[in-house]
Amino acid sequence: MVNSFKRSFISVKRHTITPSKAKEKTHLGSNPLSTSLAGLHLRNPTALASGILGYSTASLQSIAEGGAGAVVTKSIGLTSRIGYPNPTVVQAKYGLINAMGLPNPGIDEYVHEIRHAKTVLTVPLIVSVYGFSAEEYAKTAQKAAEAGADAVELNVSCPHVKETGSEIGQNPKTLATVVKKVKATVQKPVIVKLSPNVTDIVELAEAAVEAGADALTAINTVRAIAIDVETAQPVLSNKRGGLSGPAVKPIALRCVYDISEKVKTPIIGCGGITDWRDAVEFLLAGASAVQIGTAIALKDPAVFKTINGGISACLKKKKLGSVKEIVGLSHRS
Amino acid sequence: MSASLTVANTLRVTRILSVKTESPTTKTFTFKDRLCAKAKPGQFLMLWIPRVDEIPLSIMNVEGHRVSVSVKAVGDATRALHKMKSGEIVGLRGPFGNSFTENHGRILMVGGGTGNAPLLFLAKKLAAKAKRLALVIGAKTKSELLFLTQFDALCTKQSTIAATEDGSYGLKCLATEPLDKFLNKEKLDMVYACGPEPMIRQVFDLAEKRGIAMEASLERLMRCGIGLCGSCVIGKYRVCRDGPVFTAAQLREVKDELGISKLGFDGNRIPL
Repeated sequence: MVNSFKRSFISVKRHTITPSKAKEKTHLGSNPLSTSLAGLHLRNPTALASGILGYSTASLQSIAEGGAGAVVTKSIGLTSRIGYPNPTVVQAKYGLINAMGLPNPGIDEYVHEIRHAKTVLTVPLIVSVYGFSAEEYAKTAQKAAEAGADAVELNVSCPHVKETGSEIGQNPKTLATVVKKVKATVQKPVIVKLSPNVTDIVELAEAAVEAGADALTAINTVRAIAIDVETAQPVLSNKRGGLSGPAVKPIALRCVYDISEKVKTPIIGCGGITDWRDAVEFLLAGASAVQIGTAIALKDPAVFKTINGGISACLKKKKLGSVKEIVGLSHRS
Repeated sequence: MSASLTVANTLRVTRILSVKTESPTTKTFTFKDRLCAKAKPGQFLMLWIPRVDEIPLSIMNVEGHRVSVSVKAVGDATRALHKMKSGEIVGLRGPFGNSFTENHGRILMVGGGTGNAPLLFLAKKLAAKAKRLALVIGAKTKSELLFLTQFDALCTKQSTIAATEDGSYGLKCLATEPLDKFLNKEKLDMVYACGPEPMIRQVFDLAEKRGIAMEASLERLMRCGIGLCGSCVIGKYRVCRDGPVFTAAQLREVKDELGISKLGFDGNRIPL
């Protein structure tokens, strides 16, 4: 197994070693988990997924203390939203379905939190933004960036709010318009979070990359519904929601694998990652880093430490010096 | 499977077994639910009122396979629930959160409003074991002094002190006034508090001044109930997951927010 890992490592050099990364490796010394993507330096390849906790600095800091290499805020828009009434979360077998409705204080309020967070956090702060037009995305992203966000992640994939999210991210042209507009406005790295609720996610990934995306996050939740038998009613107040958790992991993994086959832009894998093995699978599929959300409900913020410990042990066992060496390994012929 | 996906989190529907009027504003609802019937004092459940809302409620009692919650009609969801009768369908998730520790020394409970519900549950557990069990209870008026007769039966003799804002029963003042005197007079091992957060804050300040151990059950706007959505955070803590019961040491860490502010539905900080 060790040999096969090493052999495959050699055969996928193109995915992993670039001169700048090699230099950084020396610079960062011996931390095998450190990595970088879209200009962000990460102490490890795990990040908090958007939508989970992520309003307040104290929450984000508790996630960072739990071991995350970066944190992504809840999605913030131009104006505040109170979201949907409860139930906003319902448990499915092997996952959760949620339709929160993008509750957020609006960027003009949230810039204060971003500024405060930047004085506390020692890991990159990625602000997730959504909008109802390209202009709104750009304006919100610009304010977030100016307040100190290290990067913005465009939520073009929320499956449960009309006229934003996946309604933008399901159409390559609309998606490209939004990404271009944001890229033209914002000086920080722009990450595009893709929806799996499309015929061909690769087409959308390519559209985002051509429009200038610095990285891609794959995937957002999978459109889903829960119906109660006794009342014969959908459980969520919004009826439809997005499925997360272990149930979606194989879908997310396939999405990352497909995208990474066609696109050189760094990918952040997201969807149902619960343990180190899940995380390593995503790295092998081509993700440079992973995001974790639903698993926090099982293992608390310390889930990041546990997963990173597992990745470290795996690298050691395979006699590999850096997590970067396993990115995309599963694509070897 | 893992903890978040345990059966305890799964929504199940059940029928209302009974409804009891406790006061002009508060009713107690009882359901059959084997999981919630295993709850400890301080834990809460999420109650789904179909087509209306899903809300967190502290557990007031468990008996056999039955669980009870006491609900004050304050908003759309609780008013809708107050209109429901036995036999009607609701959904349950839980029990969630941590519980009060069971201290068997000299105990004082401080309760306000429906905050008395989890304290009554706790008092039932402590009554036979605690060296001393006292209560300071406050309300606007006599009819809202919830569970006073039950507390009288459970507490050490002559150890329940009631205060009403309108003076219709007991002392005419806020609960914190007799509390201050009580703390000056008696040596205590533990103060348990549940009620409006400004009251909890005052209890905390008084207990801190004297270095008395304390646990308080807090309330916040809640959505998921399982530690994910971030709606109910106070400082670094999630009330649904790290609480709802917090120790004096934890309350100290969130002093800037305790009794002062919470997050609104849009994630904006609003005054309490």
